[in-house]
Amino acid sequence: MGSVLTASDLRKGIKLEIDGDPYTVVDFEFSKPGKGQALYRCRLRNMITGTQFDRTYRSVDKFNAADMDEQEMEYLYREGKMFCFMNTSSFEQIEMSEEHVGEAIHFLTENLKVQMLFFSGRPIGITLPNFVELEVTQADPGIKGDTASGATKPVSMATGYVIQVPLFIEQGDVLRLDTRSGAYVERIKTSKS
Amino acid sequence: MTSLAQLAAKKANLQARCRIIQLIRRFFHARDFLEVRTPVRTRAPAPEPYIDAIPSAGWFLAPSPELYMKRLLAAGYQKIFQIAPAFRWNETGRLHHSEFTLLEWYRADADHEALQQDCIELITEISVGLDQFPLISFQGHTLSVAGRWPRITVAEAFERWAGWCPGPDPDQQRFDLDLVTHVEPRLGFPTPGFLTDYPAGQAALARLKPGFPDVAERFELYWAGIELANGFSELTDPREQRRRFQDTLERRRMAGCSVYPLPEAFLDALRHLDRAAGIALGVDRLVAIFANASDLDQVVAFPPHRD
Repeated sequence: MGSVLTASDLRKGIKLEIDGDPYTVVDFEFSKPGKGQALYRCRLRNMITGTQFDRTYRSVDKFNAADMDEQEMEYLYREGKMFCFMNTSSFEQIEMSEEHVGEAIHFLTENLKVQMLFFSGRPIGITLPNFVELEVTQADPGIKGDTASGATKPVSMATGYVIQVPLFIEQGDVLRLDTRSGAYVERIKTSKS
Repeated sequence: MTSLAQLAAKKANLQARCRIIQLIRRFFHARDFLEVRTPVRTRAPAPEPYIDAIPSAGWFLAPSPELYMKRLLAAGYQKIFQIAPAFRWNETGRLHHSEFTLLEWYRADADHEALQQDCIELITEISVGLDQFPLISFQGHTLSVAGRWPRITVAEAFERWAGWCPGPDPDQQRFDLDLVTHVEPRLGFPTPGFLTDYPAGQAALARLKPGFPDVAERFELYWAGIELANGFSELTDPREQRRRFQDTLERRRMAGCSVYPLPEAFLDALRHLDRAAGIALGVDRLVAIFANASDLDQVVAFPPHRD
C-alpha cells in the first residue's frame, strides 16, 4: 500500500491507486470559485490498460499513492507467450506476459537491458532504451543509387518487426531504431562489411 | 526557481501590469477615492468556509484586507481603495497564486449596483489607456469592453446551463462543481458579465436582498470565463454578522480546518456602519487578460510556488 495523499498533493505525473489499479495524472487543473471550495480536476490514465477518464476531487478527498518501483532487468528469452527477464542486481528471474510487454515486443533482443515497472510488487510494464540496434532478416533487393528520393520499402527485423526504411537497406544490415516512435534512425553496419 | 531568462521573457507583461496599476490609481484618484494601506498580518481574518489563512508567527497573513477597509468605512471614510497583497493557503493553479494582488474598493451610502457601474467604467478606462479599446485578443477569443455587460442571476444561469435551481442554501459540492464545469465557462464572452443574486447561504458578509431573503446582494464579475471580482452590498447588522461568523467557525472546526478568533474590532465597528458596498478584484487575472497570458505565472515576476 502506498502512502496516503490528499487532493493538494495532486499534480501532473502523480501516480494513484484506484480500485486496485495504478493511475497516473496526465492532466490537472486547480479551480476554485472565489468563495467556494477547491476542486482538483484530473485526467487519469490507467497505467496497465491505458484507458483514460476524468475525475474531479475535493480538498477533503484522500488517496493512496500507487506503490511503484522500477528495476533494471535484462531480457533473457521467450517461452510461448511469456518473456523471461533477470534483475541485474539481484539476479532474480521474472516472467512477464506478452500483454504487459506490449509494443516493446518489437525491440526485445537477448541481453537487452530495460527498466521494468512494478506496481505493488507486480511487474506491469517495461521501458526500453530510447534507441536499439536490430538486424534486418528479410529485405527485398534495393534499387542502387536511389538514396535521395525519400522512397521507402518494408523490411523485417530480427524480432519480426516490419518497418519502412530507405531503399538502400539490405538483408543483414544492422539498423538503429527509435523505440519511442518505432522509426528507423540510421544504418549502423552493412551486410557487406 | 524562476530563472533570469524567464524573468527577461516577462518584460512586456510586467510593463502591462505596471501600466494597469497606474490606470487603476488614476481612475480612483479622479473619483476622489482615498488610497489606504492596511496590515498584511492580522490577528483575526474574516471566517470563510473555504478560504484558509496562512499562519504567521501566531497571527495570519491577510486573505483579504476587507475587515480593515470596513473599519475605515465605519469611521466615516466615504470612498476608499487599496491595491494589496493577499494570501491564501493551498491555492495554486493556472489562475490561483497563494500570494496575489487584490484591488479592493468601498463606497459608503451605495449598493452593489454602484460597484457594477464602477467595474464597467474602470475596465473600459484601462482598455482605452492600454490602446486596446474596444477589442481585446485573449487566448483565441476576441473580447470586447463595448456594448452591454450582461447580468444573469445565479438561478437563471444554473437553470440554463446546469439544469437545476440552487435555491437559498444549495448543496455546496454540487453547486461548486456545476459552477466550475457548466456555468463559468459560458460567462463573459465577448463583454464582461455579472453573475448576480447569489444564494443567501453563500454570502458570509453580504446583505440579503430586501424582499427576497433567499438571495444575497452579492455578484461576481466574469470575463472570458474567468472570475475577476466579487462584490456585494455590505451586511451591516452586527448581531447577524456575529451569528454567521460563529456558524462558519463551527463548520470549519467540524471539518478540521483552522479556526480564528472572532474579529471583535470589526464586529464592534459594524454598529457604526450604515449602507455601504465593497468589492475585491483580482489584479493578476485582469493583467493576464489584457496581456493575453494563459496563466498567472506569466504576469507575476516571481510566482509564489516557484520561488
